[in-house]
Amino acid sequence: MAILVIAEHDNRNLKTATLNAVAAAQVLGDSIDILVAGFGCKTVATETSRVPGIKRVRLADNKVYANQLAENVAPLIAEIAPEYSHVLMSSTTTGKNIIPRAAALIDVQSISDVITVEAEDIFRRPIYAGNIIATVKSNDVIKLMTIRTTAFNIAASEGGSAAVETLNSIHDFEKSEFIRNDLAISERPELTSAKIVISGGRGMGSSENFGLLEKIADKLGAAVGASRAAVDAGFVPNDMQVGQTGKIVAPELYIAVGISGAIQHLAGMKDSKVIVAINKDPDAPIFQVADYGLVADLFDVMPEIDGKLSEYTS
Amino acid sequence: MKVLVAIKRAVDYNVKVRPNSDGSGVDLNNLKMSINPFCEIAVEEAVRLKEKGAVTEIIVVSLGPQKAQEQVRAALAMGADRGILIKIEETIEIEPLAIAKCLKIVCDEEKPDLVLMGKQSIDGDNNQTGQMLAALARYPQGTFASEVVIDNGSVFVTREIDGGLQTIKLALPAIVTTDLRLNVPRYASLPNIMKAKQKPIREITAEELGVDITSRVSIVSVSAPVGRPEGVKVGSVDELLDKLKNEAKVI
Ligand SMILES: Cc1cc2nc3c(=O)[nH]c(=O)nc-3n(C[C@H](O)[C@H](O)[C@H](O)COP(=O)(O)OP(=O)(O)OC[C@H]3O[C@@H](n4cnc5c(N)ncnc54)[C@H](O)[C@@H]3O)c2cc1C
Ligand SMILES: Nc1ncnc2c1ncn2[C@@H]1O[C@H](COP(=O)(O)O)[C@@H](O)[C@H]1O
Repeated sequence: MAILVIAEHDNRNLKTATLNAVAAAQVLGDSIDILVAGFGCKTVATETSRVPGIKRVRLADNKVYANQLAENVAPLIAEIAPEYSHVLMSSTTTGKNIIPRAAALIDVQSISDVITVEAEDIFRRPIYAGNIIATVKSNDVIKLMTIRTTAFNIAASEGGSAAVETLNSIHDFEKSEFIRNDLAISERPELTSAKIVISGGRGMGSSENFGLLEKIADKLGAAVGASRAAVDAGFVPNDMQVGQTGKIVAPELYIAVGISGAIQHLAGMKDSKVIVAINKDPDAPIFQVADYGLVADLFDVMPEIDGKLSEYTS
Repeated sequence: MKVLVAIKRAVDYNVKVRPNSDGSGVDLNNLKMSINPFCEIAVEEAVRLKEKGAVTEIIVVSLGPQKAQEQVRAALAMGADRGILIKIEETIEIEPLAIAKCLKIVCDEEKPDLVLMGKQSIDGDNNQTGQMLAALARYPQGTFASEVVIDNGSVFVTREIDGGLQTIKLALPAIVTTDLRLNVPRYASLPNIMKAKQKPIREITAEELGVDITSRVSIVSVSAPVGRPEGVKVGSVDELLDKLKNEAKVI
């Protein structure tokens, strides 16, 4: 049967995370539709129609979907879900907000954070902060799930020419209202898709000291992340938190600076290809997952790395 | 204004769990159990709203084994007024959809103006129950809240989203799920722990509520994640950069 992927976007551009969900859908089958619900988002539909292998793009363009409020988008998904065997969305804050609401509307138990598709009804997902991997079997007729983006490749985005079909259903719950977004603006790559991530913890000591990491990040084209302790201390904003309850990242290279390595932090980064830990405490648990550990005071070695980096990257 | 707080008994966040020997489930024998941290934040928020005078009554509800009474008592000691324990057998893993259905019945009976829940339980890591209850009870939802302001029949919720923060306004009754930065929960004082012993807890069973709690998603097996190969300690910045360039080839 057909598979539906829910697009995530800002009414202008498709979010890359959608392409990870498309990759998961491709494991399940080849009859894939994508739902684009938004307002003034025809360019997103056009962009989506170029994703190779998509049967059709279903476009619901109405002001009630402008901010992808779960109250309005979930019933739209519930309305068309019976046409599909699987409904997938990436496991971003938007996906986590919408999918369970849609699932309850059609009386199915959704599955969060799928990391592998074993069979049409069997999936694997991490639980207990990633300390356990559960293999689960869904007995629901329609399977709704969110996809952990770091576990799937980014599907190709160019070369296809799917038909764009308009959906005219309008679901307006009316009891919730979007007021505003305060989005962090950064020139650096996005945390969840960057090839290199440098994260700082409580050991950074202050917001200004994060500058030490930013300088290096800019030379490497890296994103900057943080532990919860660094966010709580107000050094950096919440959207930089990596971990069980923050963002999940799996870059080629993850550099943890002044981070002890609590299980909740490890849950967000231990699938990185190469992990470097810099910490002055030789017994810090972060060293247990690090490929390369440097026991040192970060205030000595970060400026040194910054100074010497060009010798090694040229 | 009446607030309902849903709390879950879960393994303490400091405990590292392991699969049991036959890989059929997680070994929870003799592990320290606590209120799920996000639920504790929800209780704290309710108590703060009551202290500010915005709330008159706080009811905590939990679905779990008889022993979950300990967590309900702990919430009463933090300042909730009364408890409801919906009992299920200890061996049964109840799913978010079934939990939401039970909580929906509680909402129908209690008619709260606000339901506070955690964004996520740290055992199942589902992040679903609040959204599901909101759908079933036909409430608006404010998930991942880092600020909650009650204002004249509405609640303003600041949400922690991937790109930063989002503010939404919900008509009451509404569901709010908590994120870590909403507040720091208090420790219950000894006098409050004593007082909590006198506070009422109503006990019912899921069957009495008439909810079918059969699982829709069954666990086939569980395993430990693949471990990482042991790493090395490097002695200098030069050694580190050399290894990153020539051995790992990542810079
Ligand atoms: C429900 C729940 C969810 C959570 N979710 C997350 C999450 O998603 N992400 C997350 O990160 N945490 C999370 N936490 C918090 C987690 O448990 C830890 O408290 C947190 O990760 C610690 O951050 P940290 O390593 O920066 O701080 P600390 O544990 O205080 O470690 C600081 C480290 O810096 C080192 N250091 C200090 N100064 C220097 C120096 N000059 N040079 C070198 N090293 C130095 C120290 O040796 C120490 O190891 C969660 C907690 C709970 C209860
Ligand atoms: N057994 C339960 N009893 C009461 N509330 C629960 C239970 N399970 C989950 N919840 C609530 O739902 C939130 C999210 O849980 P989950 O969807 O499992 O991640 C928790 O923080 C609780 O507020």
